[in-house]
Amino acid sequence: MAEVLTRNNLLFILDGLRTTLYISALSIALSLVFGTALGVMRSLTRGIPQKIAAVYIEVVRNIPNLLWIYVVFVVFRLKSIQAGVVSFTIFTSAAIGEIVRGGLNSVNKGQWEAARSQGFTFLQILLYIVLPQAIRNILPAIVSQFVTVVKDTSLLWSVVAIQELTGKITILVGKFSRVEQFFLLYGIMTLIYFVVNFVISQISRRLQKRWAHH
Amino acid sequence: MFSGNGPFAWFKWEALFQDWRLFAKGFLYTIELSIFALLLALVIGVIVGICATSHSKVLRGIMRVFVEFFQNTPLLVQMFILYYGLPFLGVILSVTTIGIISVGVYHGAYIAEVVRSGIGSITKGQFEAAYSQGFTYWQAMRHIILPQAMKVIMPPLTMQAVNLIKNTSLIAIISGADIIFTAKSWSSTNIYYGPAYVTAGLLYFILCFPLTRAAKKMELRAQEGMGGAREQMA
Repeated sequence: MAEVLTRNNLLFILDGLRTTLYISALSIALSLVFGTALGVMRSLTRGIPQKIAAVYIEVVRNIPNLLWIYVVFVVFRLKSIQAGVVSFTIFTSAAIGEIVRGGLNSVNKGQWEAARSQGFTFLQILLYIVLPQAIRNILPAIVSQFVTVVKDTSLLWSVVAIQELTGKITILVGKFSRVEQFFLLYGIMTLIYFVVNFVISQISRRLQKRWAHH
Repeated sequence: MFSGNGPFAWFKWEALFQDWRLFAKGFLYTIELSIFALLLALVIGVIVGICATSHSKVLRGIMRVFVEFFQNTPLLVQMFILYYGLPFLGVILSVTTIGIISVGVYHGAYIAEVVRSGIGSITKGQFEAAYSQGFTYWQAMRHIILPQAMKVIMPPLTMQAVNLIKNTSLIAIISGADIIFTAKSWSSTNIYYGPAYVTAGLLYFILCFPLTRAAKKMELRAQEGMGGAREQMA
C-alpha cells in the first residue's frame, strides 16, 4: 500500500486527472458552439444547411465514438491532446446538436410568427426569444452529456496513448504486480471518475427539478 | 483521393472485397455481442427499474447506488476490472463473456433509469384503482402499469439499444474480434485505412440508423398521443 501511495505517484495520478478534465472541458466548450449551430441548422424547415446538419448528425451519432477517435488519429497522424480534442468535438457536437434541435422544437411555433410580425429578424428571434426558452428545457440533457464526455476520455489512452487518468493508472499498474496494489490503483481511478461524474449528474438533476416546478 | 495511390484508391477496395469474409465475421460478432448484452441489460434494467419504484426504502437505496455507480464510471474501466482484475482472483473469463457482462450491466443501469421514469409517468391513481379492484402490486404492475408505461419507455429504450451496439466496440480494445478490431488489424498490415474505416463505419450505421429512426417515430407518436389526451381533457 505505502509504496503505491507515494507523493510522486499521487501527483502523477492528479496530472492524469488534469489532462482528463482539460480535454473534456475544451471539447465541451467547442461542442457547445458547433452543436448549437448544428441544432439550429437542423431545425430549419428546408434548405441546404438543414440537409448538411441532418446528414452530419445522423452519420456521426450512428457510428461508435471509438471509430471516430481512430479516424482522427489516422487522418492527422499524430498522437496528441489536440487530436483527442478534435475527435471528441466531432461526436459531442452531433450529440449536442440533436439535443438543441429537440429544445428548439419544444418552443411553440407561434412565437416565431408573433416575433416576425413585430419586425424581428431570424437571428434576433433565435437569440432573444427562442434560444433562451429552449435552454431551460435542454440544459439538464446537455449537462448530463458532459458525463459521457468525461467517461469516454478513458478511451484515449488505449487508442492514442494520451496519458489521461486511465493512462496514468495503467502505467502505475505496470510497475506494481500484487493483487492489492492493482485493486488499490483501480479503486482510486474508479473513485475519481465517480466523484467527478456524480457531481456533474447531480447538477443536471438539480437543474431538472428546479425548472420542472416553474 | 480515389485514383492512383490515394487513401481510397480502387485497388485498396479490391483488397478489402477479397477479404470480405473477415469483415462479415466481425460484423456477426458485433451483432452476437449486442444481442446477448442487450438481453442481459433488459433483464437487469427491468428488475432494477421496477424495484426502484417499490415502497421499500432499502430496496430503492440499493438500486440508486447500483445505477449511480455504473452510470458515473467509464465502461472501459469496468471492462478493464473484469479483464485485468479477475485473473488475480483466479477467475478467467473469455473476452466475449467479459464484453457481454460489462456492456450488459452498464446499459442495464441506464435501462433501469428508463424503466423507472416510465413507470413514474403513470399516475398513482392507477395503482390505487387497481388495488381497489383486488389486484396485488405485481398484478397491477404486470396488467395495468407496464402496458401503459411501454409507450413512454420504448423510444429511450431503443436509443439505449443504439448506444449499446456502439459501446460493444470497446471490446476491440481488449482484442475482441468485432467490426472495429477487424478493420484496425486488417488495415495495420497493409495500411489501407480508408476503405477499412469507411466499411467499419458503414456496418455500424446499418445496425444503428434504423433503430434511431424507429426511436424518433415512436417518440413522435407518443407525443401526439399525449397531446391528443391533453386536448380531450381540456
